[in-house]
Amino acid sequence: MPVLAIVALAAGTYALRLAGPLFQGRLRLPERLRDLLTDAATVLLVTLAATAALTQGDGPAGWARPAGVLVAAVLVLRRAPFPVVVIAAAATCALLRLCGLS
Amino acid sequence: MDMRSLWRTLDRGTLRDIALVCLADALVGASFGAIAVAGGLPLWVPIVMSLLVFAGGSQFAAVGVVLAGGGALAAVAAGLILNARLLVFGFAVADVLDHGTPRRRRWARLLGAHLVTDESVAFTLRHRDPHRRRAAFWISAVGLFVVWNLAVLVGALAGRVIGDTDALGLDAAFPAVLLALVLPALTGPGRGRLRAAALTGALVAVAATPLLPAGLPVLLALAGLVFTLRRPAPGDGSATEPASESDIQSAPQEVR
Repeated sequence: MPVLAIVALAAGTYALRLAGPLFQGRLRLPERLRDLLTDAATVLLVTLAATAALTQGDGPAGWARPAGVLVAAVLVLRRAPFPVVVIAAAATCALLRLCGLS
Repeated sequence: MDMRSLWRTLDRGTLRDIALVCLADALVGASFGAIAVAGGLPLWVPIVMSLLVFAGGSQFAAVGVVLAGGGALAAVAAGLILNARLLVFGFAVADVLDHGTPRRRRWARLLGAHLVTDESVAFTLRHRDPHRRRAAFWISAVGLFVVWNLAVLVGALAGRVIGDTDALGLDAAFPAVLLALVLPALTGPGRGRLRAAALTGALVAVAATPLLPAGLPVLLALAGLVFTLRRPAPGDGSATEPASESDIQSAPQEVR
């Protein structure tokens, strides 16, 4: 991975982050737009979780990883602490692979 | 900023939640470092990337594209598309960086902007009081920056020893922490439309993954937002939510 790619990603990301704090005073977002943007962020995060759980490259991720993430989802809904959720997901996934399920 | 008065502003429950999220992110950061180095990237790549980019999702996405044999341009595009949401988040927490003398405000903006993440925004939006918002932002943001980068360093060093990160299930850690962050915002009354939007978006993105270049399917998910655009039906609580903060504010709040 070239240095230039990392710098480009870093610079672009920083610009995205800085726009809000910089233009906030001059540019007032209407209430409905703010609601929409907040919803958009939630939808993007759920989608990122789904694609990270279910896909690998441009194909499916197999069974072990989705199973681990499913365990995580159940624990989240039962209000388990964050670290427990993450460890359980990785452990489930690793155990299934140990049993030969990929 | 005075760190000690910031510290006192927050209740113990919030501080504990921040510590738990830091710990969970440490596990994810370590898995990122290990996956990148075990996959064949030089040691410095995940470390420098984490310091400069500091956005887990895009780091995973970019490294994933590179490890899958994709080009640098595709990797940058995938990362930036994912980070488009930070534009939204920047506006959502801009008020906490808008405070003090002009000089201090400038520095708060320049430094604080780099620390805008899903987690620090979720903690900020939990509060309405300006002092608490500011305290929640800075404590969670600085804590996460330190913990994330240390964890990536440790993971990257370990990645030279661990040959197969999949055997440890490390690839499940990142989606798991994303769900932990966002699922609570989708549960409860009045969130039906948002649930429909998120579910539709996720399905569309997963279905489009084999067809489109890496990074694009996630953006396609925004089509799911049509569900939130319709006028609320009577009895749907989403219309009466007091402010735009309602949607992610409950995220870490529900964690016990």
